[in-house]
Amino acid sequence: MGEFKVHRVRFFDYMPSGIRALAFNQDTERMAVARMDGSVEVFHCSDRFFQEKIIPGREQCGIEGLSWVGERLFSAGLNGGITEYDLTNQKVKYTIDAYGGPIWTITGNQQGTHLAVGCEDGTVKLFEVNEDQIQFERNLDRQKSRIISLSWHPSGSKIAAGMMDMIQVFNVETGHSIHRMLADRGAGTSRSKECVVWSVVYLSDGTIITGDSVGMVKLWDDQTGTLIKSHNVTKCDVLALSVSQNEDSLVAGTSEGIVVQFQFVSMVLEKDDKEWVRTRTFRNHTHDIRAVAEITTAVVSGGMDAQLVVRPLLDKIEVRSAASALRKIHFPHRRLVSCARKSGLMLFQYPGHLELWRLGESEGKGTPGSSLFVKRNPEKLLQLKVKGEDHIRCSAVSPCGGWIVYSTASTLRLYRLHCDNNNISITKISKLPKVLSSANQLCFSSDSSHLFSASAQSSVHIASLSQSGCKFVGTLKPKSGSHQAIHLLAASEDGKWLASANSDHEVHIYNLQTQKAHCTVPVYSSAVTAMGIHPATNCLFMMHADQQMFEYSIEQKQYTDWSRTVQRKGLHRFWVERDTPCLNVMFNPQNPSHVILHDMYMLCIIDQSLPLPDDKTQFYNQLTLKSLTEEQRKSQSHAFKVCKTFKDILCVELMPDQSLVVVERPLEDIATQLPAPIKQKKFAT
Amino acid sequence: SLNGKYKVQRHGLFVLCTSGDSVKVYSTRTEEWLHSLQGHTNQVTGIALNPANHLQVYSCSADGTVKLWDFIDGILIKTFIIGYPLFAIYVSEKHEGIVFLHIGFQLVAVHLPKSAEQEVEAKELSAVSSHISPNPSCTAFGREGQYIAFARNLQLNVYFFRKQKTYSFSLKATDKKGAKNAFTCIACHPTDDCIATGHEDGKIRLWRNFIHKKEYTYSTQHWHHNAVNTLCFTPEGTNLLSGGIESVLVQWQYGTGNRKEFLPRLGGSILHVSASSDGQLFCTSHSDNKITVIESSFKVCGVIQGLVKDAVLTDLMIDPRSKALVLNGKPGHLQFYSLLRDKHLYNLDIVQQEYIYEAGLDQFEVVKAAFDIKGYWLATVEERGQKSSDLEFFLKLWSYDERTQSFVLNTTITAAHTDRIISMCFSSSEETTMLVTIAEDGQFKAWCQGVDADTQQDQNFWSCDFVGSYHNLKPTNCSFSADSSLLAVSFQEVITIWSPDTWELLTTLCQPPGVIRDLCFGRLSCSKYLISTTTRNLLCCWNLLTCALEWSTSVEVSKLQSDPLSENVAAFSYQSKHTDLFVFKPNEPRPLFTHKNVCSEKIHRAVFVPREEPLNNCDESSQWLNRSQLYFLTQNMLVIDDSVAVTPFYLLLGKHRQQQQKLNTPSHQAADRPQQPQGSVTITELLHTPAHVLPPASVLCSMFVSSLLISNTGEMESSEQEMNSEKEEEDSEGEMEACDSQQELRAQGSVDEVTPKLSKAQERELKRVRKTDFSWMAGLIDSKP
Repeated sequence: MGEFKVHRVRFFDYMPSGIRALAFNQDTERMAVARMDGSVEVFHCSDRFFQEKIIPGREQCGIEGLSWVGERLFSAGLNGGITEYDLTNQKVKYTIDAYGGPIWTITGNQQGTHLAVGCEDGTVKLFEVNEDQIQFERNLDRQKSRIISLSWHPSGSKIAAGMMDMIQVFNVETGHSIHRMLADRGAGTSRSKECVVWSVVYLSDGTIITGDSVGMVKLWDDQTGTLIKSHNVTKCDVLALSVSQNEDSLVAGTSEGIVVQFQFVSMVLEKDDKEWVRTRTFRNHTHDIRAVAEITTAVVSGGMDAQLVVRPLLDKIEVRSAASALRKIHFPHRRLVSCARKSGLMLFQYPGHLELWRLGESEGKGTPGSSLFVKRNPEKLLQLKVKGEDHIRCSAVSPCGGWIVYSTASTLRLYRLHCDNNNISITKISKLPKVLSSANQLCFSSDSSHLFSASAQSSVHIASLSQSGCKFVGTLKPKSGSHQAIHLLAASEDGKWLASANSDHEVHIYNLQTQKAHCTVPVYSSAVTAMGIHPATNCLFMMHADQQMFEYSIEQKQYTDWSRTVQRKGLHRFWVERDTPCLNVMFNPQNPSHVILHDMYMLCIIDQSLPLPDDKTQFYNQLTLKSLTEEQRKSQSHAFKVCKTFKDILCVELMPDQSLVVVERPLEDIATQLPAPIKQKKFAT
Repeated sequence: SLNGKYKVQRHGLFVLCTSGDSVKVYSTRTEEWLHSLQGHTNQVTGIALNPANHLQVYSCSADGTVKLWDFIDGILIKTFIIGYPLFAIYVSEKHEGIVFLHIGFQLVAVHLPKSAEQEVEAKELSAVSSHISPNPSCTAFGREGQYIAFARNLQLNVYFFRKQKTYSFSLKATDKKGAKNAFTCIACHPTDDCIATGHEDGKIRLWRNFIHKKEYTYSTQHWHHNAVNTLCFTPEGTNLLSGGIESVLVQWQYGTGNRKEFLPRLGGSILHVSASSDGQLFCTSHSDNKITVIESSFKVCGVIQGLVKDAVLTDLMIDPRSKALVLNGKPGHLQFYSLLRDKHLYNLDIVQQEYIYEAGLDQFEVVKAAFDIKGYWLATVEERGQKSSDLEFFLKLWSYDERTQSFVLNTTITAAHTDRIISMCFSSSEETTMLVTIAEDGQFKAWCQGVDADTQQDQNFWSCDFVGSYHNLKPTNCSFSADSSLLAVSFQEVITIWSPDTWELLTTLCQPPGVIRDLCFGRLSCSKYLISTTTRNLLCCWNLLTCALEWSTSVEVSKLQSDPLSENVAAFSYQSKHTDLFVFKPNEPRPLFTHKNVCSEKIHRAVFVPREEPLNNCDESSQWLNRSQLYFLTQNMLVIDDSVAVTPFYLLLGKHRQQQQKLNTPSHQAADRPQQPQGSVTITELLHTPAHVLPPASVLCSMFVSSLLISNTGEMESSEQEMNSEKEEEDSEGEMEACDSQQELRAQGSVDEVTPKLSKAQERELKRVRKTDFSWMAGLIDSKP
């Protein structure tokens, strides 16, 4: 496997933001996630929950609700505006003000014609969804207290609204209230406190289910406006409810961090006399669960602890596989770290600022596994605050360490970095070409002479960099295909090729000398999570969300023999069952047959010269190999060498001096920075 | 009475529980024992109310029969012979004429033939499942008897009778959080298709939709911290009751998730819960031999307590006032148990600390107790930390309060000795009360009730009067003579005799080898003798007047017990895996009575219980029982099985069970025949009549003896008729005669075996001793002031 000196970097204080809302689109199998910092992410549920799209947030933009209307995604927040997103280019399309004060909830009807928002001033506002915009239609009867939660009856003729201490049912046609149902404040000390109906679900059979701050899940009949049954789920709040598509299962998320499932089962077998019965309890969160969604085969939940948990429902799954395992998503599936390999600089991307660090230096050599004495401590050189309210979408530092570039939704900024010994100075390049106004992904060429900026329509702009400034060179456009935003760029070492991958799984290869599209890699069904061009052979190595790997020879415009062998023989079960995507592909110039990959839990070196393992061979064989003699080792070893020494990896980078930089962000450190959870009595404590 | 621990079945007014080879019927109102359903010849393993007639009950037994009883009148209606040992019985309304039985590891449906005869052989067996948990609470009938649910280890099976199909659901043995998922009990909801299962780690799961292989679902609830022992739905299905080692009855409201009610501190761990058919009363049976009757409002309304026999650390004692048997009861308590009425009287809280029902905790336990001769004082020792090095113990003295009719704490001595107390005894004189304790620190201490100047006049506390030791040897036992003029304390191999008045060491007696194990003074006419036993199989009788060994014999004695009302001393000898009983008077080395093979375990505790009225039995060999009865407790307490009614003729049935047992042996003849054939209806009839209903043992004995002799005199028969009013013995008489002659022979043979083997020289010496007239010595004692 080889020995490396490792820089174990733990000074990137990345803090994921808490999850505030979830919206599931059954038709496209996409899960939209809104976070506390206003960012919206789209996950592909049938592609191993790969994070396809990230729309960065803004300062002071608290999203309270998310709703799909067809394939369009809307959000509403406490700033009082309704926002539609341009998912193709991964940015905000427009925001209109609802003029009702802060908006607590937004929901679209199943017909896809209307959006309803619940406002602080007590109004439920209906918006008509037009082809390119939404338009205010009318208010329903105004209520005295704020509207916390809303749910459409599947027919679209009625709306249930959860408010303070009560639930109102509106007729959409007339706009009048049909029923007013009072939620009980509960016993004891909480009687003086208002009961907040945090969540409401309207079923097609007329049952209204509410979750409130008293900890009850209550079932109401909309014909009579009476309570049918109530379940005491928790001592704290029931914050979120979600019902499955066929309305036979309901999940409730509580502020204790538990998800409770209710099922609509017949009390007497083989009879239709069904009742909602509390069944399973899932404890995967430590903090408040702010949003739950029941998708076809799983329960998805997210909350203050910033992790997205996908809990599979085994009774709905046909075949058990890696795709149906419990999944916890902690880190974004994008790289937040870029590395100036030649000068030992690291650029960390935070939502509102960038940090530039110089790596430390160590002394001497140690035995494998030992830690070396640090001669020079790592040093924070620079903190760059973003101008404006938008958060950073992407950033990069050039390999030589002379340039820093970042882009928000509205601006792109390029800086020249001067670094003489201990004096750091930075100058902004003022006159940028107009096309470089915003980028979805940024990348420097390996000799730092060019900047590639992925922008709208899947195009890549090239700008040449020199002492004098930045000059637009040209635009690379794919010959055909979709206009989805590019999320990955890879430039070859010799400066000849550039590969781009977009969220429609297309990988285009451009010839930089001719500035023409060279070819397109055959589209694979799973998203590309990482790619790199081999410096010696100019083969493009691609990792996909389903853990498959492909090697494509750019010059021959075909898959390499090794790649075909991999596809023919199949990958080892253990490799395919990993649940985080590979985030970086690196090559070792000293050993051209080595490909270095990493995901959140491990670091792997694939030796293309060794035989591939099949399902019968021991996959994690490092320890076994150690105990064998040289001769036996040859027969036992296979191509995958996995190192699990490091955990919670954000980034791994191979430096020219054969040292590895491993950026870790231990989950325990994140947990300590979270606000304290609700105190719960634990048995025997 | 000893209450069964297996099953309690409730019927509005009555509680039925299995108890050994009978089923006992108690009233829920008065908690009184009404009667027993007797007839099984082996342990009763299960009972179930007849769903077709709520005044009838089925019982099944390891003897291979199912019996149907009218339990109100206590009449056996029918016996169905299955032919295999049965372990549990289940019935359902929907399956009329069928009972479901555990046979081995199989669950078998048995069609009960409809025949007018009393005894029918049931031959129609059909297996339902061949893998079933041995725990009877792991099987239950579902709604309207449509299916039966049974669990074994980690698998739940539901068998549908109509479809003839089994659905199985498995759980993982453990998970990351250390759950232990093995099933421990099952209950089915009466009207919904919902199965409640209890698990080893205390979880309760409610299963639904179990006709789907995949879409089945369950909810989990967790309150118990140890295994759930029992689950029961109330008849309407509104509540679920659960119980476990915590001894807290938990009532879960069905259908509302978490709402639950608790009834804590019920006593021993809950083994079984059942509800009456009208749902008004619940019943729990506990590991400490108790049934608690609970109203549906969750209030305890009655307790039926049997003799607690979990862990007996104290000696068996007789409270001189109430004549009750006193021994360890509830943890930290002494129980007072009336042998006469066969009823638990009360518990005396000694430790006065909350007992925590959890395994593995080291808590205070009463280890020693002693009464003074009048029953005015009670001394107790409680101990903690026997296993660990830091031993804590308290000596407490309790005085009897006439007003409250109970013992009240007088003195607590925290550091009575520097090491644990081995033994203690009260002086037996009427005038002054003195307590002597011996401890492992090599000292013996005498405690007296002293008048302390500082305290009030009427409160006399106990304080140390004398500390004695002998060459730093470890004491092993202590005893006062009958008139309290002498105190004997044994130090290893040496017996020291002290005068309690002057605390002067009068003499030492020694007969090596072997450490002294037991000491006891002779009584009445034999009060000049001191009997000691050693670990090296020696029984010595010392004459205190000559300070010399009167006689000795080589016999391994595990327990020596003297009768306070007579000269007799009982010695239990454990040899080659069985215990023999010898009764002798100290003045002659020849036993009065010998009973070979009393039981198969070592006996460490025994007590003579004075009779209310002395018998005047003229039979020489049983005269020693005229004034008191001998009760003893075997050592093997590990197997606490069911319990057997203590009947005078218990041994006759030849049930040498591996269990703790109590018995009295009223007659020589009875004792000599442990292997009495079981077929005799008369004997069985006689044996199972409650003890307090039986005529005096003297009458019984003679009757019994006569029944064993060849009966040809009319006189004998008349006495028997007088005895047994039911007159069933006529036909069985002939059957008995057949084997009588043979037993007669054996009885004669046994007499010869009795005397311990002595060498020729010893024999001669003994003869000489016997011939010597010692009457002058008695005169001397009498003349002593």
